[in-house]
This record gives sequence, C-alpha cells and structure tokens, in this order.
Amino acid sequence: MPDYDVIVVGGGTVGMSIAYGLERLGKKTAVFDQGDDAIRAAVGNFGLVWVQGKGIGSPEYADWTRRSAELWEQYGKELQEQSGIDIAYSRSGGFHFCLSDEELESRTSQMSQLAEESEGDFSYEMLDRHSLLERLPAIGPEVKGASYSPLDGHVNPLLLLRALHVAFKSKGGDLLVESVLDITFDDSVFTVSSTSYVKTATQVVLAAGLGSEKLAPKLGLTTPLYPQRGQILVTEKTAPFLDYPTSLIRQTGDGSVLLGDSHEDVGFDTGTSSGVMHDIAQRACDIFPYLEKLRIVRAWGALRIMSPDGLPIYDQSTQYPGAFTATCHSGVTLSAAHALDFASFIREGELPFSLEKFSERRFYVH
Amino acid sequence: MTDTFDLIIIGAGPAGMAAAELAAKHGASILILDEQARPGGQIYRAVEIMANRNRVELGDSYHAGLTLVNAFRDSHVQYIPKASVWQVSQGGEVGYSFDGTAHIVIGKQVIIATGAQERPFPIPGWTLSGVMTMGAAQILLKESELAIEDAVFAGCGPLFYLVIHQYLTAGIPIKAVIDLTPKGNYLKALPHLFSALPALPKIYEGWKWKREIIKSNVPYFSDVSDLKILGEEGVTGISYKQGSTWKTLDASHILLHQGVVPNVNISLAAGCKSSWNEDQACWRINVDDWFQSSVKGVRVTGDGASIGGALAAEQRGRIAAVGALVQLEKITATEGDHLAAPYKAALAAEMRVRPFLDALFKPSDTFRIPQHDNTIVCRCEEVTVGQVRQVVGMGCAGPNQLKSFSRCGMGPCQGRFCGLTVSELISETLKKPVSAVGYYRLRPPVKPLLLQELANLKITKGDSL
Amino acid sequence: MFTKVTSGEVQTITIQFEGETLVVRKGLNVAAALLEAGVKQFRETPVSGQARTPFCMMGVCFDCLLIIDGMHNQQSCMIEVAEGMKIERQLGMATIEFNASAEQGL
Repeated sequence: MPDYDVIVVGGGTVGMSIAYGLERLGKKTAVFDQGDDAIRAAVGNFGLVWVQGKGIGSPEYADWTRRSAELWEQYGKELQEQSGIDIAYSRSGGFHFCLSDEELESRTSQMSQLAEESEGDFSYEMLDRHSLLERLPAIGPEVKGASYSPLDGHVNPLLLLRALHVAFKSKGGDLLVESVLDITFDDSVFTVSSTSYVKTATQVVLAAGLGSEKLAPKLGLTTPLYPQRGQILVTEKTAPFLDYPTSLIRQTGDGSVLLGDSHEDVGFDTGTSSGVMHDIAQRACDIFPYLEKLRIVRAWGALRIMSPDGLPIYDQSTQYPGAFTATCHSGVTLSAAHALDFASFIREGELPFSLEKFSERRFYVH
Repeated sequence: MTDTFDLIIIGAGPAGMAAAELAAKHGASILILDEQARPGGQIYRAVEIMANRNRVELGDSYHAGLTLVNAFRDSHVQYIPKASVWQVSQGGEVGYSFDGTAHIVIGKQVIIATGAQERPFPIPGWTLSGVMTMGAAQILLKESELAIEDAVFAGCGPLFYLVIHQYLTAGIPIKAVIDLTPKGNYLKALPHLFSALPALPKIYEGWKWKREIIKSNVPYFSDVSDLKILGEEGVTGISYKQGSTWKTLDASHILLHQGVVPNVNISLAAGCKSSWNEDQACWRINVDDWFQSSVKGVRVTGDGASIGGALAAEQRGRIAAVGALVQLEKITATEGDHLAAPYKAALAAEMRVRPFLDALFKPSDTFRIPQHDNTIVCRCEEVTVGQVRQVVGMGCAGPNQLKSFSRCGMGPCQGRFCGLTVSELISETLKKPVSAVGYYRLRPPVKPLLLQELANLKITKGDSL
Repeated sequence: MFTKVTSGEVQTITIQFEGETLVVRKGLNVAAALLEAGVKQFRETPVSGQARTPFCMMGVCFDCLLIIDGMHNQQSCMIEVAEGMKIERQLGMATIEFNASAEQGL
C-alpha cells in the first residue's frame, strides 16, 4: 500500500488549494512544501478575486475564472468554518481605473470583447469620469473613467494560505516541509523523495510554481514557465476609506493599503526596484491624490509564474498515468476552482475536456 | 542626471566619520548621509553641543569622540544630516529622504556604517508606557541633559554598568539595579582573559563601576532568573525572581538593556549575506578583510557589520575606506596595504578584548528567548510568544512564513525589535540551529517614506542600473 | 520623573500639545521635550489601543509616533521642536482627509 492516495508537490496557494480539496474528498494527501527561503508567489499576492479583464481572446480561461469567482462565495465560507480563520473575503465588485482617454477607449473595447466572448455571462459597466465620481468622489483629476464589474472581490491572501494550511491539516493531511529532490514511478506507484523523506502515492500533482519546470520531466511533462517580477507597496495602517478592491489599490481589513502591479492589466514588469516603486506610487497618487500623505512601510517583490502565453497549465502525463501538473499566476482567484473542481478531476483520475485548452501540449514544437 | 559620487557613506558614527575623513584626503568625492541631526552616531551623540555648554560628566571615552567629530567636520565632505536612507540597491543606487523629498544618488562605492541598536528585551510588560531602553535614557542624558529619576535598571553588558556609573556620578537617584549577568558567564569568560590582558585597564574600569554600584546605597539584585514588568496602562512595578521566590519593586520607570546588536536592516535589504554568530547571539554581515560584503561595491563596516565597539569601528571605517579607495583606483593595492597597516594593527589590538566581553556579557537564554505565552514578541503588530509558537507548530517553515501568517515583523520597525527573538524562538521550538532558521527577508524601503515622495522621485531613464 | 541635570540659563520656545500650551527648551527633539514637560501618553497602537511612550529614542522602535503639525505618525524623537508647533497624540491608525472641493476644483 502506498503511503498516500495523492502527493501534492508545492505548498503555495495553488498546491494547498488542490490538497485541501483532495482531503475534503476523503483522499489521503501529503504536501511537500519548500522551506522558508522559498520564492513564494503566494505571499506576494495582491489578494484579488478578479474577473474583469481576464481571458480576453481566451473564452475558456474567462469561463474558468468566472466559475471560480462564483464558487468563491460558498468556498470562502466553508474554508472559514473549517479553519476558524477569518480570511476577509468579500465580493463587493471592483474597479479598474483609466488615466487617459486612450486607456479608457482600449478598456471599453476589451470589456465589450470579453462580454461578447462570454455570451452574456460577464457583467460589467463602463463608467465615465462623471458617473465614477458619484461612486468614488475621491478620485483625482487624472482619472478619466473606470470599468466596474460586480463579479470582482478580494480576500486576504496571506490568511487564505494560512487557512488552507489549517483546514488541510484538520482534515488529516500531512505537510512535509522539505524540497522535493526526486520523483520516480514504478509498478503504478510514485515515490517522492526529499532529504529526509521518501513517500509513496498512487497520484502526484505538480504545483510547485516556478519549481515545477525542473520536476516536470521526471513525470514525462514539461511545464514551461518563466518568472515575472511584481512589486507591492504596503502603507501604514489608515482608517477605512475604500470599500472596493481595485486593480491597483486595495485596503485590507487591518487598515493597510496595498498598492501593486500584480495584476495582469497593469503592465509594469521590469526595471529597477525604485523605478517600479515610483511608477506604482505615481499611478496610485493620480487615482486617489489624498493617498500621497500615507507612508510606505514595506514593499514586497514577488515572482509571478508565467507560462509562455500567460494562461494556466493543467495537464496529465500520458507516460505516467496519475501524474498531473497545475500552474497559474492567479492562484487566489482560482483557489476555489482548484479546491472544488480540480481536486475532483484528480479523484476521477482524468482532466475533463473543458481544460483541454490548458494542456501544455499547446507549447510543444511540432 | 542622477548625482554620482565616488563614495557614499551611510551613517556618521565613528566608522562612517573615520571613513569619510580618510577617503576625503585621497581625493574621493564623498556623500555621507546620516539620520541624526549631528554627527557622532549614538555613541558620541551630541558630543559637539555637550562640549559647548555646562557639560554633564559622561566620562573621557565619550568626550574623546569630539576629536573625531572635529576631524570629520574639517574634512569638508558633503554631509547631509537628518537624511533617512530607505534603499541601497545593487549598482550603488542609494535612496534617501530629506525634509519630505526623496532622492536617488549613485555611489561607485558604498559604505554602510549603520552602527548598533539595543538587543530586543522581550519580557512581560516591556511594551508598557514608562519602559525604555537604557540606551534611550543615555541618549536623553547626552543630548537633552535629561535624567530619569527613580528608575529601575535591569540588564547586563558593559554599557549597563557605564550608564549606571554616569547616573551615580551625576547624582541622579536610582530606584534599584537588577544585574542580569548570568553567573556562569564569569567562568566562561575566564579562558579569554589572557588575550584580553592588554585591555586590563578598561576591564578594571568596568569592574570598578560594578563595585561602585554594589557599594552605593542603591538596592542591587543579582542571580535573577526571571522578570515581569507590572502595570495596566503604564508601569507600576517590576517583579524579579530569585531562587524560587518572586519579589516586587514599585516603580514607574524601567530601563532595560542586554547589549547591542548590529543594525542590519539596510545591509540585508541591499542583499548582503549574513551569518549567525553564536558568541554574540546575533546576525553579522559577511565581510572580507576590507569590509567588502557579498554585494559588489557595497561595504559594511563598524558595529553595523558586527559588534566591536566605537574604537574598533573607527579603525574598521578607515580600513573600509582604504578598500574603497583601491577599488576607485585613487590608490594602488600596494599603497592600500601600506596605508591600512596601522589601522589593521590597531583594530587587532582593540578586538583582543572582545571574546572576553562577549563571553562575560552574553545575555541569558531566558531573556533572549521569551518563555511566557503572553509576552509580546512583535511590538508593532502585538504578536505574542504563544501566537508565534502556534503558527510554528502548524508547520510554518521559518521567519518569513511566520511573518505572512501572523503579521509578526510586518510593522513599521520592520523586525528591528523582534527579528532576533523570532529567529531564536523558532530555533528553540523546532530544535533547529538558528543558522538554519534564518532571518526575515528584508526589502526596501527600510524606512517609511511618503507615497508622494516616491511618486515625485526624479528617476532619469538610463540611470536605472 | 524626567528632570534636567544641568543648571544655567536655557532658551525656551512655546509649543501646543493637545491644545495646551507648553514652554519647552529650544533644541530638544519633540519626544524629549514632551517627556520633560511630564507628558505620560504619546500614542495608542492601531492594533489593540495599548498606550505607548518613547522606547528607543534613536528612530528604530516607532513607539514615539505623534501627529505633528497635522502630519500623522511622525517619529517624535527624530524631529526638533519649533516655535508654534502643534502636536497631538497618535491614537490608533492614521486618518487621511479627503477634501472633495480641493481635489476636483469644484
């Protein structure tokens, strides 16, 4: 008998969501999690459960994102009960600001394309400056308008990860804090080994973020990924002023304001650290000028995990049945789909046709 | 264009001042940034103004700092006081704020000389109003001529005896002294006494201060195994445990001190590698003989690299400056060796007493690794020992995951008053060496700065390195 | 109690603390000036509301935070007193004021 039904490699938001989902379905599961020096995309997350703007030109991704956002209501509640941790989830609708007429124009056409491609399932509003002022009177003179979607929400990503850890363990899951060195397959059983552990399972899920690429060949997979740096600035705590998440500014329950570029719609990607911080600060001050009197007390840099086309990778190995790979850069938004849907696909032993588009075969050179 | 200097020095304490003065003599263009209003660092804080007025008798070693400050002033380097450095990045980019405006400057060479801060002292009640570090009390005395009457001093270390001596000399009433030097340390220090012999007069002076305290009419307690500060809104007293008995003193001011540790935030955020030092129970920045850190072009010197005291810091500052001058090709490597030789000799002599002092004054585990569940570890986010233990027990891998799960270390002080405690507490809980536990991953800005400062920052494209 | 250890003449200036006028020594930092004036409450933490007073006096601990001339969360041990300075306690989180008419030119 193998030690576990499933071993999940990776204890970030993606891995823990799947692992929690598996334990929830009664699968005996272990997670291998890298140590404290891990490049953890999970802790650099902005905390958006975000729908608008995602999956333009890729209706499958847009559907998967919306599906997860729908599941979040029930999932958030359940996770909170299971872990006893208030993860501060709310679905209040979210704004994306446009600071020039060109930005507003391009946003308008993107949103309408998204609505068209989703056949009416994506609800949103385009707001000009005047109608935006009625909802957010504090916006600065540079703001030309915004898109708003009631489907958007936010959550505390750090507490989400902590809640997943607690809930996973309370269901009986095992957390093994060591980097995986090798995975072998013999007689329908996978053996996963690290410095001091050797564990066996009938299924393996690779969800090690940027570490997946290195381990994938051991499972007959490739999982091509590259890191993209994102930065988040955190302000001193301030009395509540913003009830909605936005794609650049979000106030957390404890009063801190997060300012970041960790959203695919805002493309500051490279540059020096002071250059990026400056860009984020400038844009934030343009949107809400009164933020300029707040102090930045901390900044995080995180590496976003990108596939060559920016979409998630979900696949199963044809060479080693029972081996799966899962990776994406929106681990928080997709957490619900990973825990509820993806985990049940693993239980079935096969990914459904609806995820076919996310197969890594799309990157294979023919 | 962003201003570029041959050498940017961060910190105008003994190391920074000495480095600036020496490098200036060899034609380097220098910018020295310091957070305080006047040069001197914490050790010689306000030594200039003290010289010009009805001075408090703080001892010769303090007033001697004036010579260095005067030499620094005479070197006419570009010196910006009240400048708060929030970033040093690879490539010598230094970000600082002055008077509400942020600036970026480039140093071909950078010397970080950020000195020391007091070690965290996590005991029950250490956050109450009325509790201060003893260093804070000394700063008040040096700079503001203020004494705290009827305070209880609790702690250990050479500075501990010095400040009490200064208080006694100035005739300031002291409520009580609780000497926390672990008894076993005397034996541990003994093997180091021989190499410390050249420093015998200094050791004798310290011994005299201690005798003076014991012989004074100030109540003196030693062999104390635990402490609790009492009070709800503010301090009302302190309880100490001798043997198996707890005793209580009424007090409204408590001054805590258990040694100093390197102020490493800027260096770590710059990416400099560090190592745990068991003798000094703190992280030290890894540097070579010329104080070059693991980051190219960035040197870390003085107490900011590892604790050696003010006189050592002065020599270390000069050696770092020579290293920078060689890299800048202001002098040749041979000239550098020759120039640095006397400073290296002086440093070696100065450091011979260190192992003795480190062994004698290493604070007891009890006061470094808090045991009571309700004791606050992180003063900013008010995270307790119990909460840290709970998160660590959940399978949390180290300080960084602890931080994201519990907010411990996330406040404005950026771990300066909890980082060491957290490393040691996790080490104890997980039974892993501190070196394997590690420290918080720090990132700029290491000091808060206004969003508007960042937004108005002038970054010339192409300056980015 | 905080008392001055030296004698001799001093220059003083006037500041406001919580609406009260205080005469303090010129050249002191705000934290030191208030301690000498007998102020026993500086800030309350945003987390639990616990009262805090200056702890390190060298800019590291962030426990001496005050509102100085309208600007919140200032490290009072790092700022020199100035004539007419208006100082308030920092009670909990900072509050930032949104002034609709100023922002939008209405």
